[in-house]
Amino acid sequence: MNKEYDVVVVGAGPGGSAVAKRCAERGLKVIMLEKRQEIGSPKRCAEGLTFSTEKIIGKIPERCIAQKINGTNVYSPSGKSVKVDFGEYGGYILERKVFDKWLAIRASRAGAHVQAKTEVVDVIKEDGYIKGVKAEFEGEEFEIRAKVVVAADGVESTIARKAGLNTTNQLINIDSGFQYEMSNLNLKDPEKIEIFMGNEVAPRGYIWIFPKGKDLANVGIGVAMSQKTARYYLDKFIEDNPEIFKDAGIIEVNSGGIPVGGFLKNMVANGLVVVGDAAHQVNPIHGGGLKEATIAGQIAGEVIAKAVKKGDVSEDSLSEYNKIWWKERGRALEKVQKLREVVEKLSDDDLNMLAETLTGDDLIEFSRGNKLFNLGKILLKNPKLITLAKKLI
Amino acid sequence: MWKVDRKKCLRCGACVSVCPFLALELKENGLVFHKELCTECGLCEKVCPVGAIKVKRGKK
Repeated sequence: MNKEYDVVVVGAGPGGSAVAKRCAERGLKVIMLEKRQEIGSPKRCAEGLTFSTEKIIGKIPERCIAQKINGTNVYSPSGKSVKVDFGEYGGYILERKVFDKWLAIRASRAGAHVQAKTEVVDVIKEDGYIKGVKAEFEGEEFEIRAKVVVAADGVESTIARKAGLNTTNQLINIDSGFQYEMSNLNLKDPEKIEIFMGNEVAPRGYIWIFPKGKDLANVGIGVAMSQKTARYYLDKFIEDNPEIFKDAGIIEVNSGGIPVGGFLKNMVANGLVVVGDAAHQVNPIHGGGLKEATIAGQIAGEVIAKAVKKGDVSEDSLSEYNKIWWKERGRALEKVQKLREVVEKLSDDDLNMLAETLTGDDLIEFSRGNKLFNLGKILLKNPKLITLAKKLI
Repeated sequence: MWKVDRKKCLRCGACVSVCPFLALELKENGLVFHKELCTECGLCEKVCPVGAIKVKRGKK
């Protein structure tokens, strides 16, 4: 294995693959390391993606898509649903294991060296710069030197922190996620996503059913600061809804932490860039991070390529990434975080009231951080909610 | 006292993300606990999606 590179990417998820591909396309010598023996596994994700994300990622091969989706039903605690219409197949449920591999394959074809089952144990720090990583392969430790290290090591990221950048997230900004892949379900409509909200069902979060076929689905939950575990609430929901789950099988079990806020003003240091879940780049209202990691990865890739070519990988030079990301994504996502902070304080009655008032288009706009003023105005009608409403106005 | 039930743990790393002291790491072969760094603050227990972690302050 060659041990001198321009860039070493730690982690081969969507963020890592986006950086690796972009850097390789710009002519840099790149290596991407993945600690797991199989890229894309285990997944920690609901696997949903809107069709528009193809504008960023490129055309997604059919083999990565488990099910095409034409809409979402969002259920309030009373059972009233708000229908979000995606038009004809505006969304996909992916087969993440296949999808993540495809992303890594693209990075590899662009010229990046990809290596699974290679674990990064530490960073190399010299003269105030990160100069590479210490990695382990088949029990042997070796050094990989690089001009820039990319920490794309996921929600459990420690690389950035070992490099001296504090990326620890606050408990309040981490959702506990738990999911099953299930079979033999009695799905009402396999072309629709179903979302269930309510303080009994999923405190400060939601339960999802993402179909992956006629009778298959990724069924999961994200909750936070809850009395009981995420697993408890999901199991209870399954027990309480025998019309869907009575004869269901569990073919996979996964859990995960989902960053839902706490965006970092600074995501770089001398010779270091952080992307994806490691930098908390997730949409705080729905917890989707695929698209965010990809956008951030592409921005980071451009900035790194420029910095390496001009021979300046200092924090100052790399902070161009902070600037662009905050302008393109950070500001909007920070608004969505505010929305999340408001929504999680609403009672079941408030949620029921909103389900009567809001349309699917409203929900789409809100989830992008747009038109939150309108939601604020609706909440203002209830005197008890004035303080919350003001957060949005 | 910090304890993980390895039969419950799904190796997701949620606990690692909230640990302020880098006392936890998710390695390929499972969760690694650095006792000397742990302050028994209990954040990891609160975030664990499956209730695999138990922390008791001051008990060895």
